Amino acid sequence: MTTPVAVRADDVWKLYGSGEAQVTALRGVSLSLARGEFTAVMGPSGSGKSTLMHCMAGLDAVTRGEVRIGATALTGLRDRAMTRLRRDQIGFIFQQFNLLPTLSAAENIRLPLSIAGRRPDPAWWEQVIDAVGLRERLGHRPNQLSGGQQQRVACARALVPRPEVIFADEPTGNLDSRSGAEVLAFLRASVREFGQTIVMVTHDPVAAAHADRVVFLADGAIVTELRAPTAEGVLDTMKNLDRVEG
Amino acid sequence: MLHATWKSLLSRKLRLLLSGLAIVLGVTFVSGAFVLTDTLGRAFDDLYALQYRSVDVQVRPAPEGGSTEDDEEIRTGVPAGLVDRVRAVPGVAAATGIVSVDGARVIGTDGKVVTTTGSSRLGSTWTGENDLVRLRAGRAPRTGDEVVLNAALLEAAGVRLGDRVGILTVQPRRTFTVVGVQEYTGGRDSLGGNLEVSFHSSVASRLMLGRDGQFSAVGVTPAAGVPTAAVQAGIRSALGAGYRVQTGAELRAAARTDAQSDLAVVNSVLLGFAAVSLLVGVVLILNTFAILVAQRTRELALLRALGGSRRQTLASVLAEALVIGVTAAAVGLGTGIGVGALLAWLFSTQGGRTVALAGIGVPLMAPVAAFGVGVLVSLVAAVVPALRAARIPVIAAMRESATPDRPLTTLNRAGIAAGTLGAALLTAGVVGDGTAWLLGAGAVTGFVGVVLLTPAMARPVAGSIGRLFAGTAAGRLGRLNAGRNPRRTANTATALMVGIALITGMNTVLASTTASLRDRIADQITADLLIAGDASLADDPPAFDPAVLQRVRALGGVSAAAGTYRGDAAVDGERAAVAVVTDVPAHARMYSMRAVAGALTDLGPNRVAVRDDTARRLSLRPGSTVRVRLAYGGTRSMTVAAVYTGGDAVGEWLLPISEVPNLAVPQLANVDLTVAGDAAVADVRRQVEALLADSPEITVTDREGYLRRQTGQYDLIATLIQILLGLAVLIAVLGVVNTLALSVLERTRELGLVRAVGLTRGQTMWMVTVEAVLIAVFGALLGVAVGTGLGAAVVRALHRSGITTFALPWPRIGLCLALGAVIGVVAAILPAARAARTDVLRAISYE
Ligand SMILES: Nc1ncnc2c1ncn2[C@@H]1O[C@H](COP(=O)(O)OP(=O)(O)OP(=O)(O)O)[C@@H](O)[C@H]1O
Ligand SMILES: [Mg+2]
Repeated sequence: MTTPVAVRADDVWKLYGSGEAQVTALRGVSLSLARGEFTAVMGPSGSGKSTLMHCMAGLDAVTRGEVRIGATALTGLRDRAMTRLRRDQIGFIFQQFNLLPTLSAAENIRLPLSIAGRRPDPAWWEQVIDAVGLRERLGHRPNQLSGGQQQRVACARALVPRPEVIFADEPTGNLDSRSGAEVLAFLRASVREFGQTIVMVTHDPVAAAHADRVVFLADGAIVTELRAPTAEGVLDTMKNLDRVEG
Repeated sequence: MLHATWKSLLSRKLRLLLSGLAIVLGVTFVSGAFVLTDTLGRAFDDLYALQYRSVDVQVRPAPEGGSTEDDEEIRTGVPAGLVDRVRAVPGVAAATGIVSVDGARVIGTDGKVVTTTGSSRLGSTWTGENDLVRLRAGRAPRTGDEVVLNAALLEAAGVRLGDRVGILTVQPRRTFTVVGVQEYTGGRDSLGGNLEVSFHSSVASRLMLGRDGQFSAVGVTPAAGVPTAAVQAGIRSALGAGYRVQTGAELRAAARTDAQSDLAVVNSVLLGFAAVSLLVGVVLILNTFAILVAQRTRELALLRALGGSRRQTLASVLAEALVIGVTAAAVGLGTGIGVGALLAWLFSTQGGRTVALAGIGVPLMAPVAAFGVGVLVSLVAAVVPALRAARIPVIAAMRESATPDRPLTTLNRAGIAAGTLGAALLTAGVVGDGTAWLLGAGAVTGFVGVVLLTPAMARPVAGSIGRLFAGTAAGRLGRLNAGRNPRRTANTATALMVGIALITGMNTVLASTTASLRDRIADQITADLLIAGDASLADDPPAFDPAVLQRVRALGGVSAAAGTYRGDAAVDGERAAVAVVTDVPAHARMYSMRAVAGALTDLGPNRVAVRDDTARRLSLRPGSTVRVRLAYGGTRSMTVAAVYTGGDAVGEWLLPISEVPNLAVPQLANVDLTVAGDAAVADVRRQVEALLADSPEITVTDREGYLRRQTGQYDLIATLIQILLGLAVLIAVLGVVNTLALSVLERTRELGLVRAVGLTRGQTMWMVTVEAVLIAVFGALLGVAVGTGLGAAVVRALHRSGITTFALPWPRIGLCLALGAVIGVVAAILPAARAARTDVLRAISYE
């Protein structure tokens, strides 16, 4: 049996700049994400959430420590191998500008696969399209879709290649609460029904409550975590954090 | 606001450099032309001042028609007796008969005739040393077998003092001993690159003018105290209208005019290149500004929101264009002076020419034209984008920053209208009788139509070519990118289209001309072998010993042979080319020539034949009389015996064999022969070649070789086309680089996104390359289509001049298309590398 750990960070440090202007964005973060688990990352602004995600996703190199995606250690991977890894093992959902304006929704969803020269498994494709509820909109261009629809297209794109893990940095940050709820429901469902591993950065306790586990970052380090969180529990922890910080 | 303009200029240095380069090129050609003319003009002035320094008055045969001074004269001499008549004119101290005529061809030690490019090969009488000519070594010729060569010729021929050299003149080859070497004032090897053989006075006339007792001119020295003009007037009234009497100053001015008209060709080529560059420059600058204004929509709207006026927006864009124009003009002026000086230097040293350059001349017109053109072109190009910028509403500051293209409907409508009108005019011209103005107007209107419709064609055409690349995701993305900003793609492609269209048009005309010639040769010429000189070598085609004809006839395999003599004449006061054929029936058979009135066999003393079109033009029919003057024999009345058609090899006038002695060159220009049925053409050809050992300029060809020789004169045009092609390619690369660089910058976020979801660096580069290739190939395709249309129109207009077959230059068309692809690949290198280096994190992080 393969390891149930999808992503693992071991004592990850990330320093930006040098000398006077040096910023320590991550200071010794260790984190294991189990397969099929939905993890939310929370913390005050500037606490290092995005940095941690970028490091775990291979978009940025760590200063010290090690990150593994599945069985692959990211340290020392060349650009080509790293790009392949992103293409095949990692899904991304950014806060906005997730889609290529020249491609239709369907083509955007297929993009990582077509870059790899593969076609989606038809049954899986149908299942994902149904789950995001965009069947009528597949032929539309991004500028013909609402913000929420665009984010759902991005979710489908992340999901279709069946990556080891999906990273989502504030995927609902630009959406109204109803559209946000739709996206969150979809993420939740893909964990529950398809066993997808997801890491999501968010500022919203309600969003975080959709996760199985919430990790709290402050000043570049993990301070605490909650399992099976509720919105109130998350809010309380946040308040405590702020007090500690203040 | 001006400060903001300046900052935005600095931050876009590279981009502006790229779009300004076409203007730099254009200005370079314009100012280069001025500098070349001025610099060489002075050099030639100095040369002619030297050459005519010691000439006071000169008497030469009058040009035919007698109307204007610089009418081309029939090559002939003045009788020796004229010297005494001139000497008898009051005020004349001395009169000297001289021979100095182009056409003394020395055979070098390598067995080849020494050639020049542009300058003359003079054959002269040795008239002793004077203040222009001096002996550098050896002595003057004492007999007709001795010659003096100028130092430049001695070196070019590779001979030494005392050597024997073969020289071709209007007489068959003769061998002479070199007894002296001559130089000119100031120790010059040559005057302006001219090669000169000085013969003994006993033979010069026969060798250079075709008969004894002639001079090409009489040099006059006025008596002390008598003004030149008075002597000139005196000689004029003494001699009458048959002679031209000119002062040294007039000769000098005439020589200068000749040199200027040589230069005029170079100048018009340079100005043509300038026009192409500037036209393309306008397109490139327009494109750059259009993209910049679109990208800066929000910024410009923000400035408006902060209180900037429309006028200020307009001024800021125009100011930016002005800076580009002035900078490009300054750089172009600098390079233009360099190019002009370089060309002048090449011109003055090429082909052994040694015209001393009297410093580089930069006439005032050079900077005036440079800055005028630079500023005008850049402002014209920026007007439309500037107006668009001024029309940006303040509300745009709040909108998405994307830069969607405006709808194309107006453009399309205008384009369709112009295109339809152009097509209609062209059709009318082509189907009708090829009226030139219809074709011209049609071509121009059609061209405008195509340019206007280019944006509408961009997406479908780039899309269909793009199918070739649709196999990979990167290729598909590149294809979509090529079609996403139709105006941008269209403008970039237009820059290439202009050049390729010109090239294809010219190639089409060339191909059609060659094909027409080939058809005519196949239809009309039955001669198996054609003996002739290379016409492109000199003004007068080289001729050869008439004895060759007898020997050719005597060869075993020859069934018929006819020789042709050629010469200049004045017929009823009009200059005309005439021919004499030794065996008219044989020649008529070999060239499908036949009489349409009278009979060709009816030719005889003072009985001539005329080609049908000339007969029509001059209203001549058998029995009409014309007044004919040849080089010698005076003006005589002759009767038209026949009117012929199909006399391509003869020309307008066919004279009887009795006129040969009256021609300036009493030697054969051509011999055509047919081979007897049982003999092999190659065998006969070898035997004929052996007979021509004394005439190294003359070659034997079959019909195919004849075609090649005829089309050889287009080589220069072909070379110009290649230069133009190089230029077009260079500018097109700049244009594509420019557009791609702007697009890559604009799409940073997208590039980050595709890199994040798995596009490798290589795939990213391929994506950009595909876009570039599609744009460039689209441009090349358009160019080929437009050029073929233009070529067809020109070919149609030239139908009456004998271009009757339309042929497409397929290999060259293929080359242009392939070149389009190469241009795309080359132009993509930098932008693609830049795209591949996109920092994913920076691209996806949003404020
Ligand atoms: N490229 C960079 N160079 C220098 N410092 C950086 C860079 N990127 C991030 N930082 C710093 O690292 C720290 C962590 O930043 P990060 O973006 O990870 O925070 P975050 O938790 O995602 O904040 P937010 O909730 O505002 O998105 C911050 O102090 C930030 O200023
Ligand atoms: Mg962040």
